[in-house]
Amino acid sequence: MTELQAGQGAQPLEVPRIDARPQRYRDLLIALAAFSVLALLPMVFGSKQLLDFVIRCAAYGLFATSLNLLVGYTGLISFGHGMFFGLGAYGFGLMMQKTGVPIPVAFVATLAITFVVAVVIGAICVRLKEIYFAFVTLAFQMLIHSTILSWQSLTGGDQGLRGGIPRPPFLGIDLSNHLHLYITSCALLVIGLLLMRQIAQSPFGYTLRMIRDNATRASFIGIDVWRAKLVIFVLAALFAATGGIIMALFVSGAYPEFAYWTISGEGIFINMLGGVTTFLGPMVGTVLLLILNDTVTRLTEYHGIVLGIVILFFAIGLRKGLMDFVVEWFAQRRGEGRG
Amino acid sequence: MLEIRALSKSFGGVKATDNVSLDFADGSLTAVIGPNGAGKSTFFNLITGALRPDAGQILLNGVDMAGKTPPEIVRHGIGRAFQVASIFPSLTVEETMLAAVGADQRRASVMHHRFPLAETRDRAEHAMELLGLAGKRNRTAATLSHGDQKLLDIALALVLDPKVLLLDEPTAGMGTEERWRMIDKVRELWEKQKITVVFIEHDMDIVFKIAPQIVVLCYGRILATGTPDAIRSNEAVIEAYLGSDDHAGAVA
Repeated sequence: MTELQAGQGAQPLEVPRIDARPQRYRDLLIALAAFSVLALLPMVFGSKQLLDFVIRCAAYGLFATSLNLLVGYTGLISFGHGMFFGLGAYGFGLMMQKTGVPIPVAFVATLAITFVVAVVIGAICVRLKEIYFAFVTLAFQMLIHSTILSWQSLTGGDQGLRGGIPRPPFLGIDLSNHLHLYITSCALLVIGLLLMRQIAQSPFGYTLRMIRDNATRASFIGIDVWRAKLVIFVLAALFAATGGIIMALFVSGAYPEFAYWTISGEGIFINMLGGVTTFLGPMVGTVLLLILNDTVTRLTEYHGIVLGIVILFFAIGLRKGLMDFVVEWFAQRRGEGRG
Repeated sequence: MLEIRALSKSFGGVKATDNVSLDFADGSLTAVIGPNGAGKSTFFNLITGALRPDAGQILLNGVDMAGKTPPEIVRHGIGRAFQVASIFPSLTVEETMLAAVGADQRRASVMHHRFPLAETRDRAEHAMELLGLAGKRNRTAATLSHGDQKLLDIALALVLDPKVLLLDEPTAGMGTEERWRMIDKVRELWEKQKITVVFIEHDMDIVFKIAPQIVVLCYGRILATGTPDAIRSNEAVIEAYLGSDDHAGAVA
């Protein structure tokens, strides 16, 4: 019997279907559980260092996961995603310093600015193919970085936004209080991840996968490829900017490094570490990279070499990210268990 | 009704499609044949918007498709499958179908979790049943056999409920037996779906057996159109095509 024949209903009817509802609640429950654990953490471990670590994970995690929406889900390798991280940090910091609006207003306004910038840059970039897309995004990143450096009167140039960002209390939340800042960062992280998960699992998320796999075919089933790419480019920028806002709140300032190309590089690096085939891969990668960074810098001044070796291990040794590896390993074990 | 009016396309002086005018009645089944380089694939690429015509009209129920983009033309109801199966390697068969319908509904909504609408599932299910892929719904497209990938490619076009279905060599790269099964499938689809089907085919035995209407292209021009009997006895065709290729059933 050939494959063509075998296709004609030869298999049993009991095939698992993609069912939507239980999974949606599952995601929500996981998110709630994760938030509860994070929120209770300060009661168990009082260490400020640990809470700082989690806040940084929130900032970088949102950034890296949003980059994965482009890299892993849509196949758009952006080398300039860090510009939106920097834009978020500077936009929010400047708004708080110069206008004194309430924090939620500055938050929304920063996202609005990011939206406009991302639409303009995205409209130019997403029409380009692979390597050109990568380099033009990188070029825009450098453009924003040099603007920050040279516009000294506004941005403080290479000194960054100094003097602290005012953090007036709102709705009973006081972000100058470390614990409040911690809880808010965790909430933003969990909500951001949940929203991105929703995007990835929606029909639109599958449109992105189709574009990644075969953009030509996608256009021949009626998909406006460039429009879908632009939409995800802008959405990803908004989450990256949120990460930047958390960072600005955390350090109470903004520095040109937030908008430098190395931030984009770290994003790519995190995705390589954690893996791009699972939704939480970049989150795992973020935790790994920050732990590595913190421990290695404490032990040696040659931390660049150590990080380089770790990258080589993942890229050449595993040939995939940690989560990709774990998922495959489990799948293999399950396969062996069955038969 | 698909009407082609004086369609032309040249590539640097070579006329790949030269003043072609053709009518495809609703619900007709037509085979397009012709030697290599006759402009068959170019003809399909023009109709589906992959290439922009230099001149001429492509009227689908009176609306001109010439100059429109591929997604627009697909949404007007012209679907196509490719000579080399064009699929989404990392998606499963079922995901492919659901995602295609989801995109077609123009509700690629970010609010939905996966594909909750009964209509989406019914359409996907129907297409999988039609092409005999339902039993392989959880197979990743990349792991399917060559034949099944071709079927999946056709399913992708069919799941959008096209008015006109263009199949670029549905039997390409297949063994003799598999070819016949595929072509039976094409005929079955045509009969069940009552849509206009146009397919490119090299195997003369197949063409003469199943196509009620045949178009012969040669150097971008229409050499002849008609029933299998008319084509078989057409002298120009014999000379240009069958004669040069003395075995009629040859795989080109």
